[in-house]
Amino acid sequence: MTVEPRQPPESAGLRPAGNSEHWVDPEPWQVHREQPLTPEQERYYTASQWRLMWWRFKRHKVAVASLWVLVLFYVVVVIAEVVAPYDAQTRDPLHIHAPPQPIHLFHEGRFVGPFTYGYQMTLDMTTLKRIYEADRTMVQPLRFFCRGDAYRFWGQWPGDFHLVCPAEGGTFFLLGTDRLGRDMFSRILYGARVSLTVGLVGIAISFALGIILGGVSGYYGGWIDNIVQRLIEVIRSFPMIPLWLALSAALPPTWPPIWVYFGITLILGLVDWTGLARAVRSKVLSLREEEFAQAARLLGAKPRRIILRHLVPSFMSHLIASATLSIPGMILGETALSFLGLGVRAPMTSWGVLLNDAQNVNVVAIYPWLMLPVVPVIIVVLAFNFLGDGLRDAADPYS
Amino acid sequence: MLRYVLHRLIVMIPTVIAISVVTFVIIQLPPGDFLSAQISELQAQGEGVQTERIAYLRELYGLERPLWQQYLQWAWGLLHGDLGWSFEYDRPVTEVIGDKIFLTVVISLATVIFTWIVAFPIALYSATHKYSWGDHGLTFLGFLGLATPNFLLALVMLYFANVWFGTSIGGLMDPVYLDQPMSWGKFVSVLQHLWIPVIIIGTSGTAGMIRRLRANLMDELQKPYVVTAKAKGLPPGRALVKYPLRMSLNPFIADIGNLLPDLISGSALVAVVLSLPTTGPVLVRALQSQDMYLAGSFLMLEAFLVVIGVLISDLLLAWLDPRIRFSGGQAR
Repeated sequence: MTVEPRQPPESAGLRPAGNSEHWVDPEPWQVHREQPLTPEQERYYTASQWRLMWWRFKRHKVAVASLWVLVLFYVVVVIAEVVAPYDAQTRDPLHIHAPPQPIHLFHEGRFVGPFTYGYQMTLDMTTLKRIYEADRTMVQPLRFFCRGDAYRFWGQWPGDFHLVCPAEGGTFFLLGTDRLGRDMFSRILYGARVSLTVGLVGIAISFALGIILGGVSGYYGGWIDNIVQRLIEVIRSFPMIPLWLALSAALPPTWPPIWVYFGITLILGLVDWTGLARAVRSKVLSLREEEFAQAARLLGAKPRRIILRHLVPSFMSHLIASATLSIPGMILGETALSFLGLGVRAPMTSWGVLLNDAQNVNVVAIYPWLMLPVVPVIIVVLAFNFLGDGLRDAADPYS
Repeated sequence: MLRYVLHRLIVMIPTVIAISVVTFVIIQLPPGDFLSAQISELQAQGEGVQTERIAYLRELYGLERPLWQQYLQWAWGLLHGDLGWSFEYDRPVTEVIGDKIFLTVVISLATVIFTWIVAFPIALYSATHKYSWGDHGLTFLGFLGLATPNFLLALVMLYFANVWFGTSIGGLMDPVYLDQPMSWGKFVSVLQHLWIPVIIIGTSGTAGMIRRLRANLMDELQKPYVVTAKAKGLPPGRALVKYPLRMSLNPFIADIGNLLPDLISGSALVAVVLSLPTTGPVLVRALQSQDMYLAGSFLMLEAFLVVIGVLISDLLLAWLDPRIRFSGGQAR
C-alpha cells in the first residue's frame, strides 16, 4: 500500500521562501486517514478470537479434511441402524464365514446397476472349511431406501427403513460375515457407536477432573499442589494399559452391558486426566498473578469463580486441542480392552469386540476379512491426531 | 551431584509407597476374596475342599484381619521378595514371574535403543529439510506409526508373515529352548526373534520421539546464536552439531520417563498377540481369572520399573545438564 506524503499547502503562502523551518500540520493526525485499512485488514482486526482461530484452522488442509471425516463417522454413529443393511445380531446360518461380496455394475456386458452375485457354498470334507463361490446366474440387485431387518432405533423406536438392503431373498455382505453369519459391515457400523462415544464420554470425565484438580493445584499451590502432583506422579508411573486392564477386570461380571460401558469410560477417564491437569496447573500458575485475576480477586470473587470464569477461558483453546489429541488414546484403550475380552461384553458391539474374533492368527489366515475393523480404527485415530494438530496450531491465533 | 542423587532417592520413597497402596487397592477391588471364590468353585465341581489348606492360606494372608493389617503384611512380604501366592498356578508368584520380568526389561531396553537409532537421523533430516517432500513423507509415516495401535500392527504383521513366508513370527525363542536354562544357543535364538516385537513396539514411540526432537531442533535453529554462527562462516554441519543439536538432545533422555510406561503398556498387548514370554500375557490371564496377587505383583513391578527408569533418566539428565543439577531438578 502506498501512502502519498502530504504536501504543505504552498498556495496559501504560509511558507516563506528560503526559510527551512520545519512545517507542522495543525490538523490532528489520524492514522486511518493516512493509511486506510484494506477490507481484509478491517475484517482481520475486528474479528473475534474464535473467528481468528477458525481462519487459522482452515489453513491446515489435512486437519479440515480430518474434521469432515470425523463428522461423517459421527453422523453414521447417530443413524447406524438406517445405514447398516442388516441388524447387528441378524444371523444367516447359510452364510457362515462368507467372504466379502463385491458390488458389480455390469452383468454379461449389460448395465444392471449395483448388484451382487449370490454365493454357492460347498463344504470341503477334508478341512471342513466352507468354500463360497460366486454364482454368476444369481444376479441380486441392491435395493435402496427400502424395508429390511426390523430394529429399534436407539433401542427405543421400532423401524425397518434402511438406506440399502440386499435383494429379496439375496444377500449383501460387503465385508463378509463372521462365525455366526452376521454381516461384518453392519457390525462395524454398530460397533462404531460404542468405540467412538467411549472416547468422548471418557474425555469429558478426564476434562472435568483435569480442570478441577489442575486448577486447584495451580491456584492454591503449597501442600495442595504437592499432594496433587504426587498423585499425578503415582498414576503416571503405572503403565496405562495394564492399569486399565486391572481396573476393568475389577468390574463385576454380573453387571449389565450398559453399566460395563459406563464403567469402562469411567476407568478411561480416571486414568487419563493427569496430562490435562498438568497443563491446566502450569497455565493457572502463570496466569493467577496477572492483573485481570488480581482485579477479580480484589472485587471479591471466590476462587471457584476466578478459576472457572477468568483463568480457564483464557486457555480453553489449548485445552480443547490437547483433549482432542488424547481421544485416540481412549479409543485405542477401549479397543485393546475389548480385544482382550476385558472390556465391553458380548451383546454390545465395539471394534475391539469384533477384533476379539481375529485374535487367533490361524483364523485370520483363513478368514482375513475378520481383521477389517482395524481399518476404521486407524482412520479415526489418524483423523483425531491430525485434527488435534490443526487445533493446536490454531489455538494461538496471535502468534 | 551426590546431593542431587540423594534428593532424588528420598523423593522416590513416598512414590513407591503410594504405588504399593494403589496396587493393593486394585488387588482388593474384585468383590469377594479369591479364596472364597476358589472354595465355591471346588464345591461346584463336587471336589472335597482341603479345609486345612484353606485355613492355612487364610491364616497366611490374614484374610480375617482388617485391611490395613493385610496391606502391611503384603508390603512386608514385598520387601522380602515374597510376592504372594498365585492361585491360578498354585505356586508362589515369584516362581511364576521367574525370568518374565527380565525378558520385559530386555525388550524394553532394546526398544528404547531402537527408538533412538531410528528417530535420531530422521528427526535431524526433517528439521534441516523443513517442509520438503522428504519431511512431509516422514512426518506422515510418523503419524501413521503413531495412529496404528501396536497390537493391531502385530496382528497384521503376523498375518502377512503367515501368508508370504508361511511361518509364524510369534514367540521370543525357538520352541526347543522354551524351558531350558540360559545358554549361548538360547541367547542367539532370543536375539533372532527379538527384532520383530522391538520394531512393532517401537513404532509409536519412535514417531513421538521424531516429532518432539524435530520441533525442538527447529526452535533451536531459529535462535540468534545459530544465525551468528552461520554469519561468521561456520560450516553448516558444525553450526548444526556443535550447539543446537546438543541443546535439543535433552528430551531424548528426559523422554525415557515418558517412553517407558508407553513401551511397557504397548508391549503387554503386543506380547499377547505374538505370545511372547513376557509379563503381558501372564498379566492378562491373571486378570481374566481374577488371580489378583499375581496381577497385582506384575502391576507393582512394572510401575516400579517405570520409577527406576525415570530415576535413571533424571540422573543422566542431571549429569548432562548443570542447570538441572544445581536447581534440584526443577528446571525440567
